[in-house]
Amino acid sequence: MQRLLNNPDDLVDETVAGFVKAHRDLVHLSPDNARVVVSNFAPKAGRVGIVTGGGSGHEPAFIGYAGRNLVDAVAVGEIFSSPTAKSFADAIRAADGGAGVAVLYGNYAGDNMNVKMAARMATKEGIDVATVVANDDVCSAPTTEREKRRGVAGEIFMWKIGGAKAATGASLAEVQAAAQKAIDACRSVGVGLGPCTLPAVGHPNFAIAPGTMEVGIGHHGEPGTRVELLKPANDVADDMLKIVMDDHALPAGSEVAVLVSGLGATSVNELYVLYDRIETGLTALGMKVHSALVGNYFTSLEMVGATLTVMALDDELKALFDTDCACAAL
Amino acid sequence: MEDFSSRKLIDLFRLIAVRMSDARRELGALDGAIGDADHGNSMAEGFAAIVRAIAADDDRPPAEVMLLAGQSFLSAVGATTGPLYASAMLAAANGLDGKTTVSAADVAGLVPAFADGIAKRGHARPGDKTMMDAWAPAARAVLEAEKAGLAPIVRLSRARAAAIAGRDDTRAMMAAVGRAASLGPRSLGHIDPGAASAVIIIAALHEWLHAQRPPVPEKAQ
Repeated sequence: MQRLLNNPDDLVDETVAGFVKAHRDLVHLSPDNARVVVSNFAPKAGRVGIVTGGGSGHEPAFIGYAGRNLVDAVAVGEIFSSPTAKSFADAIRAADGGAGVAVLYGNYAGDNMNVKMAARMATKEGIDVATVVANDDVCSAPTTEREKRRGVAGEIFMWKIGGAKAATGASLAEVQAAAQKAIDACRSVGVGLGPCTLPAVGHPNFAIAPGTMEVGIGHHGEPGTRVELLKPANDVADDMLKIVMDDHALPAGSEVAVLVSGLGATSVNELYVLYDRIETGLTALGMKVHSALVGNYFTSLEMVGATLTVMALDDELKALFDTDCACAAL
Repeated sequence: MEDFSSRKLIDLFRLIAVRMSDARRELGALDGAIGDADHGNSMAEGFAAIVRAIAADDDRPPAEVMLLAGQSFLSAVGATTGPLYASAMLAAANGLDGKTTVSAADVAGLVPAFADGIAKRGHARPGDKTMMDAWAPAARAVLEAEKAGLAPIVRLSRARAAAIAGRDDTRAMMAAVGRAASLGPRSLGHIDPGAASAVIIIAALHEWLHAQRPPVPEKAQ
């Protein structure tokens, strides 16, 4: 495919450079680390700081969620590759307002290791660090092994709730508990219709045969649970909703927040087509949609496909969800 | 063979950095098949960062050189590679604690120390198609050769052979942990780039120790 690129090795640095220029009202680059994007509203004295980070290629995640009452500092990795422990540590330092820092990130081997090492470095310097690991991707492991599930677009809801809780002046333990509650209330699923290509590699890292789709695909092309013939959008939406809601088991009358995100190369029209059917299905199940996000919120380069995330809301989560915030992505 | 000063340890890291830089493209190509094609760059840059950090001062005791090596690698390299090799060097630093010089046996002992640090951080098992598939057999080879009373240089040549065999075995493995695990069966048929770079480190240890033999006196004319 044709791309707008300079040297592929410079892609991440140039992305970050353009991002901080375009959104200078919200964020800036850390003066200490060119792979750390810091909210202009951070750190806030006496408030818990919120940090996340992950590989690049998922824009607007992760940098797009730095802002007011959201993420305070983001560690930026290479494409689909965890940031360094130093970048996570520098993000923690940048977010620290003296009340501790909550690192809210996704369940991947590299991120787990680097966050753990960064947390140890920051703790040695006297910063209290708590972590919450997102594991909302239903198809990446069975319910009985939830700790093995990967984190995907549900992370956005986790950041929103965590950031809102921190804005209330809550303690580190309270912010951690709210973020954990948020991700525990999230279930996500992805469908892939076409692969993506890492620019430095030059060929797709997996194949999806024309006319087929992969149900349960991960954010980096991790294999799904089944490959089947591509169906009309309504049938795909029904499948996605069934996977998420079967795992969720919510009582009728529950209120939910819904996120339908494109994976990078699916038109926004198609995402609304999916959402139309998804909301119809949710209503039929007795769910009440409190809020919906439809668009490219968490992508995978130019993968074709979409993800669905449903978060169950109780009164606390609903109030936090509705907290005013500002960032480039929302 | 005389023991080595910290200055020589810096020299050893310099050789690993050169060999890693030589292999940059080859590792990138291996990683391009099942990963993000940056393993060559990140390993070369990681070891270059080590050399920059430790070369500034050759008066540090060996354990401190190794500790600084681990810290600078961790600052330069992300993914799982950064923490795994940082843990390897930390384990090696613990083994060198209190020493003022490094013996040939200590150099061979870096292999099991690295393997131990990587295993404790990464929890990968043999057959998971990771760098451990080279490090674990290499570590076993060093320990067995040591038990058999073989010289450090022989321990390292056995480690090198075991690591190469382990690396080649990864071709038939399906990735179970680490980033290539995301490909599942799609990872079959490809050598693991982490196992390939492990061989480069182990081979460089052997090459370096081999080059430290006392010079053969020239024949009188």
